[in-house]
Parts: sequence; structure tokens; C-alpha cells
Amino acid sequence: MGGLSLDVANMLAGLLVLASFMMLYQVRLPALLNVLSLHAFILALAIAWQAHLQHAPELYITALIALGFKSVLIPAALRRIVVRLGIHRGIETVTGVGLTMLAGMALVALALEVMLPVTTRADPVTREYIALALSVVLLGLLSMVTRRNAVSQVAGFLSLENGIDLAAAGAQGMPLVVEISIAFSVLIAFLVIGVFLFRIRERFDTVDLQALDQFRGERA
Amino acid sequence: MTLLLLCVAALLALGAAGAARARHPDGTAVVYGGSLALCIIAGLVGLLHLGAAPQTGVLPLGLPWIGARFRIDALAAFFLVVVGLGGGGASLYALGYGRHETVPERVLPFFPPFLAGLILVVIADDAFSFLFAWELMSLASWALVVAHHHDAENTRAGTIYLLLASLSGLALLLALGMLAGPAGNFAFAAIRAAPPSPLGGLVLMLALLGAGSKAGLVPLHAWLPLAHPAAPSHVSALMSGVMTKVAVYAFIRIVFDLLGPPAWWSGVVVLALGGVTAVLGMLYALMQHDLKRLLAYSTVENIGIIFIGLGLAMAFRANGFAAGAALALTAALFHVLNHALFKSLLFFGAGAVLSATGERDTEHLGGLIHRMPRTAFAVLTGCAAIAALPPLNGFVSEWLTFQAILLRPDLPQWGLKVMIPTDGALLALAAALAAACFVRAFGITFLGRPRTAAAALAGEVDRFSLAAMLGMGLLCLLAGLFPGVVIDTLAPLMQALLGARMPAQLGLPWLSIIPVEAARSSYNGWLIFVFIAAATTLTILAIHRFASRAVRRAPAWDCGFPDPRPVTQYTAESFAQPIRRVFGSVVFRAHEVVLMPPPGDTGPARIRRSLRDPIWDALYAPVGHWITRAADVMNVLQFLTIRRYLGFVFIALVALLLVLALWQ
Repeated sequence: MGGLSLDVANMLAGLLVLASFMMLYQVRLPALLNVLSLHAFILALAIAWQAHLQHAPELYITALIALGFKSVLIPAALRRIVVRLGIHRGIETVTGVGLTMLAGMALVALALEVMLPVTTRADPVTREYIALALSVVLLGLLSMVTRRNAVSQVAGFLSLENGIDLAAAGAQGMPLVVEISIAFSVLIAFLVIGVFLFRIRERFDTVDLQALDQFRGERA
Repeated sequence: MTLLLLCVAALLALGAAGAARARHPDGTAVVYGGSLALCIIAGLVGLLHLGAAPQTGVLPLGLPWIGARFRIDALAAFFLVVVGLGGGGASLYALGYGRHETVPERVLPFFPPFLAGLILVVIADDAFSFLFAWELMSLASWALVVAHHHDAENTRAGTIYLLLASLSGLALLLALGMLAGPAGNFAFAAIRAAPPSPLGGLVLMLALLGAGSKAGLVPLHAWLPLAHPAAPSHVSALMSGVMTKVAVYAFIRIVFDLLGPPAWWSGVVVLALGGVTAVLGMLYALMQHDLKRLLAYSTVENIGIIFIGLGLAMAFRANGFAAGAALALTAALFHVLNHALFKSLLFFGAGAVLSATGERDTEHLGGLIHRMPRTAFAVLTGCAAIAALPPLNGFVSEWLTFQAILLRPDLPQWGLKVMIPTDGALLALAAALAAACFVRAFGITFLGRPRTAAAALAGEVDRFSLAAMLGMGLLCLLAGLFPGVVIDTLAPLMQALLGARMPAQLGLPWLSIIPVEAARSSYNGWLIFVFIAAATTLTILAIHRFASRAVRRAPAWDCGFPDPRPVTQYTAESFAQPIRRVFGSVVFRAHEVVLMPPPGDTGPARIRRSLRDPIWDALYAPVGHWITRAADVMNVLQFLTIRRYLGFVFIALVALLLVLALWQ
């Protein structure tokens, strides 16, 4: 494997982490969904590059699924939801952008620290992919934890799932059927969440989760 | 092997059939008849494999890279015989007893799977199948315990049983996991081949915890006295006679087969627990007047005796004294067989009394020997056997245990030096108390005059129940008369496990048995039986020959029975009072208060006694209290926001990753 192809693979994975960081500080929902779309697009590129490197044509299909579903279809649908809910102009209060970014950096460091020593025997691309994929998963979780709006939590969840996809693509030889079933399950989860969002809105006139907490009479 | 697995499959199918036809009039007969036939087959398979080479089989179930492995070696074969005998007896008994069942749909579907679980535990040869079978056994028996769930006492018994069963499952899971090691060698063959685990002591303690809580070692015995009265009698017999033995099997399999040579201190621990269990179990039994609860505590005592034998075998093995270990282990396994026989018999008897009178409380019984003579005879045989009277089987195994204790009191380690003689004393005490306990149990229930109308109107039970009881009694007698057969049958097992065996017994003159060598000690059950029979016959003849037939007039006031009412008889409470005074005031904080009627009241004075269960107070009550407290504190966690839950997941993940990063 040449130096250039390795560099491209690393660059794509690094870009994915960068996109995850971008998701952390988006305060407006349409912008967040754009970044999500970009996130999935980078993922599709990374998977396609893996397909090229591993000479695994089925990974092209995986890349296509990522491109079609995650980069185009789901963000578009989420955008429609946001518009129909009428929250596309709202500004979401994200607590402490600077602090969140710092925490995100610490998480990436942690992920590299954990993953690189345990994968010394794997080939370099797989190592980098798995370490960066864990970073993406952790950043996705972080953005779910720091967000308050249900839609942005969904976005965080989808970026987390992208991280898992990246790891699977790097690990060489994920069966296509697994990928299809994961894509399908994410689609179903997305549908369910979408329905729920509307139900929540009908009931409470907002998708701000704080309202739910107040309704349950709990400490926010 | 194939036959045995077919047996298990048939038992599971029988459970399904039981569920489908529970309300049908012939459902009971089909299920118990089928169980009886299958138990006989399983027992015969075990009998044929006792001396044969181990036989294995693999089914493509369970963990994909191991499969479900099964193996019959001598140890498994012996316990198969025990399961076959106990299960067959219980099925035969239930052919009659089961007809009185009010809710057959809650018993029939679970009885055959319970038997299947017992068989599977014994033949499992990898950790996964073993634990699966163990849990099948636990769950099926739990379902049987809570069959009569309308009684609040029974559901409480079920809950406590389930808790202790989970504890035992957890402990065995951890023990087997440690044995399998990080490589995950879950097949027993791989564990045997691996070098001895460095965590041997911990594995042994976990095995003791896991098998002990199922077998009923003090202080983990709490479920027995609750669950046995709650379950239908044939199920109690099976749980007490067979399931606790399968737990002993688990302990032997892990400690003697999989673990490698033990450290000497583990022998001390097992000996101490065994001794305490034997004495405390019997003291508890003496304080009971519920017949089945008394039998449950007596099971605890017998498990103590078995564990004394196992502890001795471990101590001898740790000191490289293989012949002594063989003697002690033979004694323990002989007692396993014996206890399965006579405890099943006694539970059958308790069930017969229950179905004839509707009473379990001995204070409401009495005089049943006239109404149920055959049951009384069978139960008397069982009582004599469990009280270790020669020429019955209980005596042989306890005598062998004593022989093992007396064999080498001079082991080098100080702990064993102290513990082995102490256990001898405890065993002697337990044996004496057991005799008192069963004199009391039999006397109050079957002798004297009936204390209630229910006891006075009782009738003999059906012929299936009688056949089961008399069959078990006959086996008790045979095992007592020909112990050499049992010992020699166990010899290949000893050879395989310990590399030594007891001397061959069957070639000896007069069918004697000798534990070590003829010069030291020997026992001949046959001779004692002939002597007892001859002496009894001679005495009867002499009385008939020389006694006067003349009519005599005696005073109305005689022998403490001036009042013809049954109230004047000895009761179970009064019979046990001396022992309660001697031991109970310390162990149980027994307290007696005489309540005098106020002046002018013509009512009788009453005596009221109170007992505390020290183990419940010291162990179970505080644990329950802490768990309730912790649950109260954790209750807050039920009502957090979604973000906080996500935050917990996140923090847990990061914390685990941090640990991983720091670990390297």
C-alpha cells in the first residue's frame, strides 16, 4: 500500500472527526443538519476509498447507501421536519461552546490513547480508522449530551452511527448484509423518532426536552 | 449417551404434554408414568456406565465454537443412578399422590423438565451447558415451589429460593469463568488439560458458595425449610433427596476433577462448614413441629455429614494420602446415595400423612400407626435409617465417615489437627440429636392417640404411594445389608478421581466390609441383621411362651395416664424441651414464659416459648435491610431527565475507556 493512499485514507478519517467537531458548535438547526449531511458525505468518501484500497466492490454499495440515505435522504427529511415544526429560525442554547470543544479534544486524545496500543498488530489503515472511529462515536455522544433539542440529539445519534460505520469499513470484511441491516435499522429508528417528535410537539407545543422534564415534575 | 439425550428430550416433551393435558383425567398418569419409565432408563444407563470408560457426545447447540458437550464418566454415572432412583421413586409415588393435586396445570408441566435439568447437570461437559442445565433445574423447581401460590407463605418461600438459586448460579458462573481463564476454554476437557489455575482458592470458595447454597450448607440453607413445605411432597422429595445431591455433584466435579490438588486450608474450611451444618441443622430440626420443615432441616444436617466426608477427602488429598481420601470420598458418596433413598422415603411418608389427614403439624397428629400401618412401617424404616441404626444403610455411611476421621488424626497442619477431631465430636453430636429428632418425629406422628379428628379418621394411602415408600425402604435395607456392593461399585470412580481406592470388599468372608484393613475395623450388616432378627424372634417366642394369660385388674391411675384425653400425651414441644433447654437457650435464645391466668379466671395456665433464628437475624435480615436502604437511595435514579441518562452512559463509557488507557 503506497504512501499516498494511506495519506488519503487518514485524511478522510480525520475530516470526519473534524466534521464531528463542527457539529458541536452549530447553534442553528439547519446549519447542524448541513454539517450532518457533510459528515455522512465524508463517510461515504472514506468507505469508497476503503473499497478501492481493499479491492472490495461490496464496500462501494455500502458507500452508496451512506451517500444516499445518510447524506441526502435523512438530512432532507429532518430539514422538512424542522421547517414543519417551525423551529428552523430558532437558536438553540448550547452550553459553553469552548468548554465542549475542549472536552471533545480530550475525548479524541483518550480514544487515540486507548486504541493505538491495543491494535499494534493490525495494519496501519485499520488502526487509524478504528481510533478515529471511536473519536467520532465519543464526539457524537458528547453532542447528544450537550444538546437540549430533540432534533439535534437525533443528529448527534446519526453522527455516532457514522463512526461505527467507519470502524466497520476499516476493519476489512464487514459483510454487506450487516451494513444493509444497520442502515435499515437506522432508517426505522429515524422514522420512529420522527413520529415521536410530532407527537411530542402536539402535546407540548415544543420539542425542547426541558419542557418534557418540567411536565414530569423533575429537576431539570 | 444417545439414549440418555433422547431421554432428556422426551422429558422436555413430556413437560409440554403435561401443559397440554393437565386438566385431562389421564394427564397425571401419562406424565408421571412417562417420567417413571424415563428415570428408570436414565438410572440403568448410569448403572451400566459405572465401571465403563468415559463416553462423550456433542450436540450443535450452545456456544457455537464449543457446542453442547456431554460426558458420562464414573462420577456422572453414579449421580445418574441417584437421579434415576430418586426421580423414579418420586414419579411412582406421584402416580398416586398426584391425583390429589388441586392445580395439576401448575405442577405437571414443570416436573419432567426438572428431571431433565437434573440429568443434564450431571452429564454436562462444558461450562455453558452446565450452567444452562443448572438454571433449568433451578427455575423448574422454583415453578414447582410456587405451584400453590395463593398462600403468601409459599410465594415468600419461592422468592427466597429464587434469590439463593440466583446467588448459586452467579457463584458457579464466576467459578467456571475463572477456571476457563482468559482464553475462554469452556469445555471441561480443556479445563482439565490446562495447568492448575492460580486463582484456585478463590474458585474453590466460589464453588463452595454456589454448590453450598443449592445443597443447603449453613448459613446458606434458608430456602430449604421454606421451600420444602411449600412444594408438593413428591417435589420436596426430589428437591431434598436428589437436587441437593446434584449440588454436591457440582462441588465434587469442580473441586476434585477440574481444579487440581487443593490447598490444605480449603479442607479446614469445608470441614468447619460441614460440622457446623450437621449440628445446627439437627438442632433446628429438633425445634420444628411441621413435619416437612423438620425433614428439610434434617436434609441440612445430612448435607453437613456429606461435606464432612468431602472435607476429609480434600485434607487427605492435600497431604498426598490417596487411600484415606478414597475412604472419605466413598463415605460421602455412600451417604449421598443413602440420603437420597431415606429422605425421599420420609418425604413420601410426610406426603402420605398430609394427603390422609390434611395436616403437616405433628401436634395435630398421633396414633396414625393404627390407621396407616403400612405407611407407618415404611416411615419407621426410613427413620431408623436416617437415625443411623444398624443394619440399615445410614449407619454404614456414617460409620465409614467416622472411620475416615479416626484414620489419621495426626496430619501435619495445625488447622487440620484441630478440625478433624472437632468434626468427629460434632458428627457424634449430630448423630445423637438425629436419633432423638426422629424418635420424636415418628413417635408424635404415629404413636400414642390421635390428637385431632383428622388424625383419628385417617385412612391408608393408595398402592402407588405405598409401593414407592416400601420400595425405597427395601433399598435402604439392601444397601445396609450389602454395603460391599456399593463400595466396590464406587471403586472405579475413586480410581479415576483420586488414583486410589478402598480395598475390594466382595471377596471378604461373610460379606463384611473393611475400610482400611481387617485388623483395624470391620462391619457386617448382614450378621447384625440376623442377630437382631433372631433376638427379636426369640424374645417374642419367649414372651408368648412364658407370659401369663390370666386376666389382671390394674388400678385406674397408672403410668401417668389418669386422664384418657389425648392432651395428656407427650407433645412434640415437650419432647424436645430438654434439648431446647440445653442447646436452644444459647443457639436460638429460646425463652419460655408461663402465663398464669389472672385471679378468678378458671382458664388453664399456658406456657409460651419463643425462638430466634440466629442465622436469619445475623445474616439475612441485615442484608435485606441494606438492600432496601440502597434501593431507596437509588430510587432517585428512576426519575432523571433524558439528558442525564445520556450523560450517565457517556460518563460510564469515558470512565471505562480511561481505566483501559491507564491499565496499559
